[in-house]
Amino acid sequence: MIEIDRLSKVFRSRDGADVVALEDISLTIDDNKFITIVGPSGCGKSTLLRLASGLIRPTSGSVTIDRAVVEEPRQDTGIVFQMPVLLPWATILDNVLFPLKMMHREEADSTEQARHLLGMVGLGGFEGKYPRELSGGMQQRAAICRALIHDPNILLMDEPFGALDALTREEMALEILRIWTNQPKTILFVTHSITEAVLLADRVVVMSARPGRIAEIIDVDLPRPRTFEIEAHHEFQQSAQRIRELIFGNRRG
Amino acid sequence: MNSNNPPSASGNSSSATDVADTPKIGFWRRSNLGQDVLLPLGVFILLLIVWEAAVQIFTIPVYLLPAPSVIWTDSIALAGPIGEHTLATLRTVVLGFIISIVISLPLAVFMTSSPVISSAIYPLLVLTQSIPKVALAPILVVILGANELPRLVITFLVAFFPLVIAIAIGLMSVPAELLELGRSFKASKFQELYRIRLPYAVPFIFSGLKVAIALAVVGAVVGEFVNADKGLGYLIITATAFFKTPVAFGALILLSIMGIVLFQVVVIIERIFFPWSAASQETAIA
Ligand SMILES: Nc1ncnc2c1ncn2[C@@H]1O[C@H](COP(=O)(O)OP(=O)(O)OP(=O)(O)O)[C@@H](O)[C@H]1O
Ligand SMILES: [Mg+2]
Repeated sequence: MIEIDRLSKVFRSRDGADVVALEDISLTIDDNKFITIVGPSGCGKSTLLRLASGLIRPTSGSVTIDRAVVEEPRQDTGIVFQMPVLLPWATILDNVLFPLKMMHREEADSTEQARHLLGMVGLGGFEGKYPRELSGGMQQRAAICRALIHDPNILLMDEPFGALDALTREEMALEILRIWTNQPKTILFVTHSITEAVLLADRVVVMSARPGRIAEIIDVDLPRPRTFEIEAHHEFQQSAQRIRELIFGNRRG
Repeated sequence: MNSNNPPSASGNSSSATDVADTPKIGFWRRSNLGQDVLLPLGVFILLLIVWEAAVQIFTIPVYLLPAPSVIWTDSIALAGPIGEHTLATLRTVVLGFIISIVISLPLAVFMTSSPVISSAIYPLLVLTQSIPKVALAPILVVILGANELPRLVITFLVAFFPLVIAIAIGLMSVPAELLELGRSFKASKFQELYRIRLPYAVPFIFSGLKVAIALAVVGAVVGEFVNADKGLGYLIITATAFFKTPVAFGALILLSIMGIVLFQVVVIIERIFFPWSAASQETAIA
């Protein structure tokens, strides 16, 4: 269980002015839930994920995972950044194995494990290629494999499909759902796409900007497994409409 | 001589169909062999012919400007000793170059480990560069003795600076995302250096190495000018002293060839052991 308790983050910018990126965020996430986070640009979505990952420390409040306060990156957390961030000098296989090397957790069957993951996302046969030989979508799929290689309980994804074209993006969304169904884990998924947010989520966290706060949390009770056909479902439409109101309504007001 | 033959564009190109589609453009773009090798070679040969002819026609004395043919015959006559001189210089260049690497790499790592250390050391490095090496050489001979050491020190001093700077820049320009990636997997400082910073710096290191190897040849010759009993620099000094200009020219040509060959060795090492580095540079240029 992830417990986010009255979390705030203030950045001090170069000119000395304070930027309140997040203010008083409280949220409890049960194990193996799929949470998506939407909100206008600059509302602190990335900051929230970085706090949950332990890469940065909060100004006040806390993130607690399984009763332990997060103070540094945890071994049971995987991160997918907006850009693939692969090592250009390493093959796809070595890139996927990179976390295990860093954490000294490489085992006899690790390579086999990596191959299995790559096969699962349709990258079988690309193990020996270098990142620059792959398309952006393929690189991002490799990055997802890297985040999964140490079998984390928690997966933090910061607009992982942001740089992809619409078609690849839809394909990848379904891919992630498939992975999540096969290997249940808690996922925090930041996105700019309202459709994506509703399609994937058990709960959609809608945020508002300046200061970054939670505007509303929307439960999505649509049946699973889901495909894009669910868009026609009227509960889907309702949820999407509500999110749109929250984001664009605030902007007008 | 065969520079006028059309280079076989379809022969050396992997995609003959492209060439067939756009013969004119394809020829210009793909005739790498013609443009990169045969053309300069042709110009070079032409230059030699003009040189030879000019020396004959204007009867320039051989101690002022020997004809290419005379350089060739005089140098060949001394092939044995010249070979020994070449090996001696090669030894100084290679040893000096290796010393430069061995010192530059840890120095650059040390320098980039903190801004304080960097600002403490950097001015000292610049100082070593502002000292004229030719002026320093005789002093070093006095201090270190008339042996190989001052030559190696000079070679090192001439070659190492661009290398340190290139490595330091490489280590510093690692994108923040890569460092964050390392941190997210709890990378230690050493792991960060060994698994992220150093690999990232490899293309930078090699561009530094390419400059350094060329400078190492210069440094070795400067060292030999001042104190040596062997080497191509020494040969140039002694040959000119006795007006054996053709031999001096021969030594000069050998030095140039040595520089080119050593440079290519560095290029080939990069291609073989760090293909992604060589490739990233090629795409950057293209
Ligand atoms: N390292 C930092 N230093 C200073 N200010 C920062 C820093 N990181 C984020 N901020 C500020 O915090 C606020 C929230 O940033 P954050 O990146 O979390 O937004 P976001 O919701 O992810 O935006 P986007 O959707 O555009 O990615 C912004 O106003 C940003 O300028
Ligand atoms: Mg963001």
